[in-house]
Amino acid sequence: MAKHETPLLDQLETGPWPSFVTDIKREAESRAKNEKNVEYQIPQDCCDDLLGVLELSYKHGRTHWKHGGIVGVFGYGGGVIGRYCDQPEMFPGVAHFHTMRVSQPAGKFYTTKYLEEICDLWERRGSGLTNMHGSTGDIIFLGTTTPQLEETFWELGHNLDQDLGGSGSNLRTPSDCVGQARCEWSCYDTQAICHDLTVEYQDELHRPAFPYKFKFKFDGCPNCCVASIARSDLSFVGTWRDDIKIDQEAVKAYVGGEFPSNGGAHAGRDWGPFDIQKEVIDLCPTGCMRYEDGKLEINTPECTRCMHCINVMPRALRPGNDKGCSILAGAKAPILDGAQMGSLIVPFIKVEEPYDEIKETVIEPIWDWWMEEGKNRERLGELMKRQGFQKLLEVTGFKPDPRMVQEPRTNPYIFWKEDEVEGGFDRDINEFRKHHQR
Amino acid sequence: MEYEEAKQKIVEGLTKKLKTKSKFYFNDLAKIIGEKPRVAKKLINQMITEEVLEYWSSGSTSMYGLKGTGKQAHSEHED
Ligand code: SF4
Ligand code: SF4
Repeated sequence: MAKHETPLLDQLETGPWPSFVTDIKREAESRAKNEKNVEYQIPQDCCDDLLGVLELSYKHGRTHWKHGGIVGVFGYGGGVIGRYCDQPEMFPGVAHFHTMRVSQPAGKFYTTKYLEEICDLWERRGSGLTNMHGSTGDIIFLGTTTPQLEETFWELGHNLDQDLGGSGSNLRTPSDCVGQARCEWSCYDTQAICHDLTVEYQDELHRPAFPYKFKFKFDGCPNCCVASIARSDLSFVGTWRDDIKIDQEAVKAYVGGEFPSNGGAHAGRDWGPFDIQKEVIDLCPTGCMRYEDGKLEINTPECTRCMHCINVMPRALRPGNDKGCSILAGAKAPILDGAQMGSLIVPFIKVEEPYDEIKETVIEPIWDWWMEEGKNRERLGELMKRQGFQKLLEVTGFKPDPRMVQEPRTNPYIFWKEDEVEGGFDRDINEFRKHHQR
Repeated sequence: MEYEEAKQKIVEGLTKKLKTKSKFYFNDLAKIIGEKPRVAKKLINQMITEEVLEYWSSGSTSMYGLKGTGKQAHSEHED
């Protein structure tokens, strides 16, 4: 028997998708039965009360969670988000219901043993509810009481070799695509640099001193599986400088219908025979491809490495050999004032251990600038808008490059300075009037 | 700047403002100390370790306050 009646939540279970309500109910039931004899360290019926308070919120159209709090583990300014319920008498099981962010492994590779261990830990010391993964990438532990925070942290650190992730005005847990471990398109080892920077910038991750959050994300190629270009203050997108490698025989095999396009991803329906002109050449965003007399040609200087042709014909086309990454700055995806994509700051850089060039010429100068000039709660992208892209170039020392400009005359970022203009900004009005009437 | 001097400035500065505010952004503290962010960060971290200051976090933003004076203290014991 459920502890609280939840007619509104029950309705959410009737839709076509799996419902989180069902998940919470299942955990509530399992905690009530406790078949494994877990020694619960927080109220056994916390999941019931969670359903109860959510039902009430739907009824009132208002949240019953307070905003934030002073909780954390000693010395860390991030990784724990305090959540207190404002109806603790009605729902004592969730009076304190803090979230912990646990740093996910690079590429999100797990062993089943590890997953079992973190689930067991969280059943015992928390609600048993997790979110795999939060939008920053972390493993999210949902709901525990204040005394359990240090205990959980101790067990994570000592038994599971596991750290907390970032939250608040910190570097957030860096996140990456699966990379070279499983994806042949990856132009650099995303996991290696993600791990290296996570370790290098521990202080920035755990001790908040930034104006606001800061995210690194690493995508091995422009397919952007972790959406770095849209969501991270510094996004590292794999790319290459030379020609796309073409296997003309394989191109013919696609044209002849021997290989399914897109690796068979759209095989659920009959789309008719593969048409290279319609499906590849005409869809190339820069129009830099040609297929004539059974030969595919790509005009490399025009190619923007959008990945489309490679995605459609993966056996025939591959990224080139001279690989590295592009770095873009200033993306954000906030709820309130609209999303912003990253702006290209480094067109191409080699991604090689120990990544000194990336750290010293990109990351650290940008942080210094933003830490000094950024307003409270201002993301890097907003500072770039406010002070100009030019300022970003100045602080990093990168030269302006046509590739930073989306198209002529649309770039709002680059302005002439007086000392760059012959004669400055003053003009002799009389001289001017000789040639131009009023 | 010496740690003790910075600590004194912070405690004084924050106590003075306590009537109107109990939580401060990192930048506010750096300004009170009068150092660049990186230097201020070291000093402020030490104040956290010594429990002069404590963190407050909404999940998206972090703030600092004198130990025991933060928003939670207010909202828990309602003033
Ligand atoms: S971003 Fe590119 S390299 Fe990374 S997993 Fe996706 S397709 Fe592969
Ligand atoms: S990667 Fe994109 S831009 Fe380059 S040739 Fe292929 S479709 Fe065209």
